[in-house]
Amino acid sequence: MSKPLKQIHLAAHFPGVNNTTVWSDPQAGSHVEFSSFVHFARTAERAKFDFLFLAEGLRLREQGGKIYDLDVVGRPDTFTVLAALAAVTEHLGLTGTINSTFNEPYEVARQFASLDHLSGGRSAWNVVTSWDAFTGENFRRGGFLPQEERYSRAREFLATANELFDSWHGDEILADQETGAFLRDAKAGAFVHTGQHFDIHGRFNVPRSPQGRPVIFQAGDSEEGREFAASEADAIFSRHATLEAGRAFYTDVKKRLAKYGRRDDQLLILPAATFTLADTDAEAEELAKQVRRLQVSGATALKHLEFVWNRDLSAYDPDGPLPDIDPDVSDHHISKGRAQVRMYRDPLATAREWRELAAANNWSIRDLVIETGNRQNFIGSAETIARTINDFVQADASDGFILVPHITPGGLDEFADKVVPLLQEQGVFRTEYEGPTLRHQLGLAHPDDVSGEQRAAS
Amino acid sequence: MSSTPPSFLHLAVALDATGWHPASWREPVARPRDLFTAEYWADLVTEAERGLLDFVTIEDGLGPQSSHWLDPDERTDQVRGRLDAVLIASRVAPLTRHIGVVPTVVATHTEPFHISKAIATLDYVSAGRAGLRVQITARPNEAAHFGRRTVPRIEAYDSPAAQGVVTDLFDEAADHVEAVRRLWDSWEDDAEIRDAATGRFIDRDKLHYIDFEGRHFSVKGPSITPRPPQGQPIVSALAHDAIPYRLVARAADIGYVTPYDADEARAVVARIRAEQSAAGRAAETLHVFGDLVVFLDDDPAAATARRERLEALAGEPYTSDALIFTGTPHQLADLLQELQSAGLTGFRLRPAVAGHDLPAITRGLVPELQRRGVFRRAYEADTLRGLLGLPRPANRYAAANA
Ligand SMILES: Cc1cc2nc3c(=O)[nH]c(=O)nc-3n(C[C@H](O)[C@H](O)[C@H](O)COP(=O)(O)O)c2cc1C
Repeated sequence: MSKPLKQIHLAAHFPGVNNTTVWSDPQAGSHVEFSSFVHFARTAERAKFDFLFLAEGLRLREQGGKIYDLDVVGRPDTFTVLAALAAVTEHLGLTGTINSTFNEPYEVARQFASLDHLSGGRSAWNVVTSWDAFTGENFRRGGFLPQEERYSRAREFLATANELFDSWHGDEILADQETGAFLRDAKAGAFVHTGQHFDIHGRFNVPRSPQGRPVIFQAGDSEEGREFAASEADAIFSRHATLEAGRAFYTDVKKRLAKYGRRDDQLLILPAATFTLADTDAEAEELAKQVRRLQVSGATALKHLEFVWNRDLSAYDPDGPLPDIDPDVSDHHISKGRAQVRMYRDPLATAREWRELAAANNWSIRDLVIETGNRQNFIGSAETIARTINDFVQADASDGFILVPHITPGGLDEFADKVVPLLQEQGVFRTEYEGPTLRHQLGLAHPDDVSGEQRAAS
Repeated sequence: MSSTPPSFLHLAVALDATGWHPASWREPVARPRDLFTAEYWADLVTEAERGLLDFVTIEDGLGPQSSHWLDPDERTDQVRGRLDAVLIASRVAPLTRHIGVVPTVVATHTEPFHISKAIATLDYVSAGRAGLRVQITARPNEAAHFGRRTVPRIEAYDSPAAQGVVTDLFDEAADHVEAVRRLWDSWEDDAEIRDAATGRFIDRDKLHYIDFEGRHFSVKGPSITPRPPQGQPIVSALAHDAIPYRLVARAADIGYVTPYDADEARAVVARIRAEQSAAGRAAETLHVFGDLVVFLDDDPAAATARRERLEALAGEPYTSDALIFTGTPHQLADLLQELQSAGLTGFRLRPAVAGHDLPAITRGLVPELQRRGVFRRAYEADTLRGLLGLPRPANRYAAANA
């Protein structure tokens, strides 16, 4: 008997502050107005997507000491938008990226537990650890956290939040109007946490929410990030969306699960993926090329090259060859407030590799940035894209994808209308939601059942 | 947009769980099991909008409710537990069209940067109907929920040491509001240019660092969220005393005060107006609303009986920082008009039992006030500022540049 087909998970990343978002297109709408979020969320729900995803950045990006103005700038508050979207959707999961450095567990736990109540069990938390002092200038704490402590704080933050979520069990509220007993237990919500980063105690004031805890996502890529995900997360938001890189990442992370007593199906791997859809594959290739040129103007290409070179390259011609000088590898970095700069861990090697690539293909700076950074993951007709996505998932390059359209808010409409029905016909994507909560759509057990399972196993 | 005639009074309701009486949850209309659902809050706010009220406030706190003014209690006979007020407000905003939504935010342990973008976003989600009600907390147990600092325990409210602690917390709240307001202005309205020719999405000269530096925190800015639809959402605060009166006079658009009669109302208003002038804001509209707890029935005896029934259930007389009104819509309208003539511009009514007294306000009091020609018969504006007669303010940074 052949292996049963895996069911694909699909999510919708709101296109905003990203260099893939094409804001200059006549169809591109607001990235802040609520109507854009409503349009996007309703499309995702119509297509039976698992969830909507919001990224976060807590300081406007700067480059060369100035606010970066070539990409979309500005986004709303994550929790507030997700709570409002709960009013206009019924099943769609609501995933928010929330930082563990510039927040406190009591407040974040209240917000997620509240969101989970207000959405009937659809909340998820992408725990990110961006720590830089630059972002810290917007917060009480300032930039106090050394880079190597970001995961130790993240781990303890999440553990503490879990203690708060678990401080109510779900049976405390009697609300018995006859006897006058509102609470069963006078100490409902009591907690004590003593640790390196948090020393807090008292009573949590939000009763147990439908999902018990929000679904936990992790998006760090380092060794520590992967261990954190393997031990704590329900899903990973990764950047490895090609077949080869996806399979390598998938294998790497899933093999880490056993040592935490977890099964493969308890951690979903969901890479971010871009796509260009057209009537035929040839048309899609052509369109994809145009989109990439809109995403990466000459000016954008130079700025992107500066992430690696770490120097002001404004004097270079984007349509000319790559710089001869080497990157500046000092600690000071020209670009601030983005995760991307850490993608290039060895700038000298990257520069060498890029020069060779450019020379071999006769690429200009702009060509190179487009070809190395912005090639869409899925390009083709609906049939081609549906087949490719399914092939990737069945080949364990992922458990599904978090799609990042390039147009706000309509960039998902065609995918919903054309690709999703094909996946449904192939029997690899739901035609009805599995249940009321996000855990139902993701096939994840309720935390109470998990601990029961672990108790039974031990 | 027509504006509210000066003879009109403004009306808000303060929503807190099943109502302000601690035994309110035991009333048959109370729905205590629904408290943690979106539907419960949607029903209340929809009812308030039916009554053409200016706005609702939503109570909040960074710890469980308590019958003690400073310490937690271990009572099991009252409602304990609540949802985050900003998120409740946001959840109900798309379901309403005219009414303002004003959640409580606690300044003491929270980040101005997060609060600013949250309320700005509430303003986007509600298309210009957002505000906040700022609160401090001197509760040591709530400080322990954050573990970042200890708040000295106040032994007697009137002692000089206590005044020092409270002054400090209100100073911090004033800084918090200042940082929040600067962040709202940190983007000029036309900062997003989408200039295809130069490839620039924004004109960065129209984004501003706020460089706020205070005793408790500093905030660089700009906000990550563009200037909200109202420019500046409404800021409000409850004030019982000189220290909070000053916060209201300096930083708020609305102060909620708790006089027990018209003479007290006159005195409180005079003090706030004096502080307002001292703060150089004499020309600005600053509303002073009276807070009242209401037990409202068509028959005065029914209202009294209801109050007595609740007191019997609670096992103690009901006391409040605010005047407790028990009677008919007609009598309440008389009282509100009398207080209005003493200088109050509106009222924030605290329904003793939300499921009973809120509909009594919207279906009893409001028609009575309309008959008397002192309350709107239709919403006259699309934004909360509009309902309150406040213009959309100029951006402080744009003005500085011009
Ligand atoms: C696909 C992907 C998306 C991410 N999105 C965000 C984000 O929206 N906000 C943020 O602050 N960090 C984001 N990050 C950064 C990480 O979550 C992580 O905290 C950071 O990269 C440092 O961890 P690392 O060194 O393990 O990668 C993202 C990372 C990846 C791989």
